[in-house]
Formats: sequence, structure tokens, C-alpha cells
Amino acid sequence: MAYDKFTVLRSTAVPLPTENVDTDQIIPARFLKATEREGFGDNLFRDWRYDVEGNPKKDFVLNDPTYSGKILVAGKNFGSGSSREHAVWAIYDYGFRCVVSSFFADIFKNNCLNIGVLPVTVSPEFAEKLFAAIEADPKTEIEVNLPEQKIKLLATGESESFDINEYKKDNMQNGFDDIDYLLNMSSEIDAFAASR
Amino acid sequence: MEKTTLFDKIWDSHVVRSVPAGPDVFFIDKHFIHEVTSPVAFLNLEKRGIGVKYPHRTIATPDHNVPTVDQDQTIKDKLSRMQVEKLRENCKKYGIELHDLGTAHHGIVHVIGPELGVTQPGMTIVCGDSHTSTHGAFGAIAFGIGTSEVEMVLATQCIMQSKPKKMRISVEGQLGKGVTSKDIILYIISKISAAGATGYFVEYAGSAIRNLSMEARMTICNMSIEMGARGGLIAPDETTFAFLKGKQYAPKGEDWDKAVAYWKTLKTDEGAVFDKELVFDAADIEPMITYGTNPGMGIKVKDRIPTTEGMEGSNKTSYLKSLEYMGFQPGEPVKGKLVDYVFVGSCTNGRIEDIRAVANFVKGKKKADNITAWIVPGSREVEKLAHEEGLVKILEEAGFELRQPGCSACLAMNDDKIPSGKYAVSTSNRNFEGRQGPGARTMLASPLTVAAVAVTGRITDPREVFNN
Repeated sequence: MAYDKFTVLRSTAVPLPTENVDTDQIIPARFLKATEREGFGDNLFRDWRYDVEGNPKKDFVLNDPTYSGKILVAGKNFGSGSSREHAVWAIYDYGFRCVVSSFFADIFKNNCLNIGVLPVTVSPEFAEKLFAAIEADPKTEIEVNLPEQKIKLLATGESESFDINEYKKDNMQNGFDDIDYLLNMSSEIDAFAASR
Repeated sequence: MEKTTLFDKIWDSHVVRSVPAGPDVFFIDKHFIHEVTSPVAFLNLEKRGIGVKYPHRTIATPDHNVPTVDQDQTIKDKLSRMQVEKLRENCKKYGIELHDLGTAHHGIVHVIGPELGVTQPGMTIVCGDSHTSTHGAFGAIAFGIGTSEVEMVLATQCIMQSKPKKMRISVEGQLGKGVTSKDIILYIISKISAAGATGYFVEYAGSAIRNLSMEARMTICNMSIEMGARGGLIAPDETTFAFLKGKQYAPKGEDWDKAVAYWKTLKTDEGAVFDKELVFDAADIEPMITYGTNPGMGIKVKDRIPTTEGMEGSNKTSYLKSLEYMGFQPGEPVKGKLVDYVFVGSCTNGRIEDIRAVANFVKGKKKADNITAWIVPGSREVEKLAHEEGLVKILEEAGFELRQPGCSACLAMNDDKIPSGKYAVSTSNRNFEGRQGPGARTMLASPLTVAAVAVTGRITDPREVFNN
């Protein structure tokens, strides 16, 4: 499915410095039982966000009104474990459009790119700067500029470049997905399949 | 001629097109689907008004959310039932082979693929499940994908992938008594961390790996994802061919000879270069167990939980948060701790060899009173063999509860959940917070260690129970 175009995003951010956040934390398996891609945001970080009775846990960042925004700044090795794309659907459905970390798990990163959530890999130093800046001022704004491949702390102007391959960058900017590309080369795939 | 790795040989022969400054268009030979990660993919095909390009290249089975009792009855949980019914509907509509509940080859997708001989050397295999890496044990490139990619494979038999880097992990020498392939992989992950192979595809090599059975190799490849690797593979050899011969979908007659001749070419050339090489000594590996909330947090059963010495910042905070969840203190031993549940099963250790190992161990013994012991075969075929070989009788006499095939307590998606705060020693693959149920505390170990724990009721080194 084609998705939202992504060019420049300016937003406050939600910090989650915990390391090794796996996709079972992002969305536990018992919430994967839908047959449509809707409503997953309600269960984003379910067991960190709510207690067993369903009451919000006050100390979890998504329940802290101090923090909000379309950018999630996460700890090292974010999105490890299960390949469930539902994890990214939950992140998207909640309202995030960009996840920043010093290290992403592979499948999670692919899944992000496939539905139009931009994964931005920064250096551990820059990640620390982001966490410190958000802690000092939760209203501080971050700019993620995809055309220029730059992430910037608007208050100080400090910035860092990030990598993304040209093909995926183009897709994100135009809201195209891989299926559009693959369907256009159907006869080439047929010829390849026939040769096997 | 250029020296290439096994991984390169298979990858390069499946590239339909390389996108300039982009990924490869990568052809998929076999696609497995299950009830949880496929419905949205099918729904999107409908929205686009397109069908399944090559239905015969996809095979389906419901495994994640299915109950492991009363499988002949309607699934009670409404949402689970809907997902399974959706899978049936989609398979029927598009002509996809389905191994449904109650049929001869129903089971966990990564157990039935090899069992049917669908999984073969040199293939590219994907599934919307990260443990697809299991199939790499046959010398195939196999990895987990997201639902968007499931849709791509259904629609075009291809996905867009950037080629990962290559790592070779060699384990040389003889494994000690009581040490299994599960201990090998838990040991490797504990050494390189849960993210130590992110960005890589791993080839496992060395004499200790070559000496393993196919079942044991599958356990190792299965957990490649637990160190972040996209997948792991092992060069096919006589052990592989012997396993496949006569399987339903394995080539027959002349085709078999041709296939074996090709499969024999599937190995890394002497002198081929990897981006990273690691070598471990099999003699250093002992029964392992995890104490934290990611598979990299593993120690030898006899060892103490690491202290926080040398840790700082979010690293230390995350570590302490993990131990707090588990109810453990830094520096304390795990051995002797009381356990509530044991679980033998999953795509990691739910094969016949695993059940045999547990049965042999507990034969004539009884599980401890404080233990609830679940044993869940990975497939109907495994279940059938376990009955035929008299293993079920042994296990039931020891106080184990045998359930029907499925993912079961590995992921708390069906009725088999570990209650909050309880300790489960499990042969599965993930010890994440809540993985086996909200608040459940999972410790991963080999089937032998799990059997020892079942008998003693406490964290136990299986080698210490052998002599009793």
C-alpha cells in the first residue's frame, strides 16, 4: 500500500533510552490477533504502559504528559526479536512517523521502511545529546530532513547526517512501496522463474 | 576463479535485478505462511486487485495462536478462530497447500517444512516469522520477513533486500557429555550479545557443527536471529542428504541424484573471505541457561549472574531493570533456584530428537512436586513418533503433560501461558519480558537441562543428575 510521503519532519520527541527493546515489548503477541491493520496503537508498549487491570502506569514515558511528538528516540538495539510488522503498525498508529536510535535490529528497520516510518540511525554520542536535550527541555524540537539526510536539534543547531539508500529514500519521499516496483517488472520475474 | 562463500553462491543465483544504489530484487523459492502474519497481506492483495503469482511456492499451516488441547473442536478464542478461518479461506481462494489442524502434517511451520522435505539445500526461503532461520540448517538462505514482504512474495515471488554482510562462526572440537546444540548457540549468543550479529548472515562451521544431527543443526540456525543475524546456514553434507532422502517433497530417482550432485557444490570455497570470523572451542561449552530478559543474557548453569562492574549509564539501568523483572540479584548463583514450570517444545526444540532426549533422561523418574511440566511436540509427525517409540508413556509416567502441536507457551499467544511472577525453564528461544505470559519469568535452556530441572524442581546442571 502506498503510504504517507516523508520529507521534512519537525517535532518534539518522546525519549525511551531502555536498551534492547524487543518487538514483544512494542506489542505483545496476544495483541496480534487482528486480520486488519487497525487499532494497534492502543496496545503499543502495552505491558509497560498499563498494569494488569489496564490502569496506566504513571512512570512510563507514554503516560507522562510532559513528553509528546511524532519522533520516538529509542535506546540501543531497538526492535529486536520477532519479525512482527505489527510492532511498526503500532508505532505508526500511535502517531510516530520517525524512530531514532543508535542501533536498530534488521527486520524491524526493513519493516519501518516498508510502511513509511523513517528509521534514523545516529551515533551513540548524538543519541546521548538527543536524550539530554529532551530531558533538559521536553518541548525541544528536532528536525528530521530526509532530502538532506540530516537530523538536527533546532535549539542548538547541532546536527548529524544519516544513511539511507537512494531507492528507499526516493520511495519514502514519494510514498511509493516495493510492490509498485516489483509489479512493474512482472515479466522479468516470470523469465527468471522459468529459468529455475 | 573468485573464492566465494556458500551464502554468496545462493544469494547471487537468486538476484533477478540489482537496483542501482538500492536493494536486490531477490527471488524466493519457498514461502511459508501462518495465520498471524498473513491475513493483512492477503487483504492488501485484494485491495490492489491482484492475486498470488505462484501459489505452489507457498505452504501454509496454523501454529501461533492455536490451542494445544482439543484441536478437533472449534477454537474457543474468537480472534484466534477468525485468524485460522481467514487462513483457510485464503488458502482455498488462492490454491495454497494448507496443513490444517488435525491433518497428518500439521505443526509448527519450521518443523513441518523440513519434515515434508520442502526445505532443501540451495533454496531461498522466507516466512513472516523471524525463526525462519531454522531452515538454514539445510544449506538454504532462510529468513523472517514482515507482512508487507509477505504481500510482496505472494504478489511477485520476490522481495527487495540489501545483501547482508557475512560472518562465519566455527565451533571446533568435541562437545562434552550433557552438552547439546542448544548450549552451543546459547553460549555463542552470550559471548557476542543479542545484537552481536545484526547486519550479518552467519555460516556455522567447524567439526562440532558437522558432527551434529539435522535436528541439532536446526536448533542452532533457529536462534541466529537471537543474536541479531538475519539468518544462519550450515553447508549441506551426507547428514543433510540422509535426512531428506525419501521425504515427501524430496526429489526422487534420477532427480535425486541430480539434486545431490548440485547440493554437493554448495559450500564455501577454501580461502573465501568473510566480513567477520569467530572461532569457539567446543570444550569451553557447558550446559547454559539464561538469567535475564534477552537471549544474550546467558551463563553456564554453574556460574553466577554477572555483577554490574564496568557498566554505566543506560546500559547499567537496562541491566538492573532486567534482573529486577527476573527477581534476581547481580552476582548470585542461579543453580538451586526453585522453578515453577518447564516447557519442552517450540520451533527451537520441539522435534523428535528433543523429545527423545527428555524421555531418556526422565525414564523411571518423577517430576518434582513444585513443577508443572508441559511437553508440546512441534508437529503431528513428532507426536506420532513419540507415541510409537513409547516416549509418551515414559513422559506421562514422569508427570509431564503432553499437549498437541503448536507454538504453545513459546509466545503467549494461545492459551498456554506462564502465570505472572512464575519461573519457567523453557526450551524455546526468547526470554523477553512477558514472552511466555505477562509477568512470566523465562529461563532458556536445553532439553536436557529442562529435564533435569523437571526432576529436581530447581535450576540444575543436567550432568549432576546423570549419575543418580
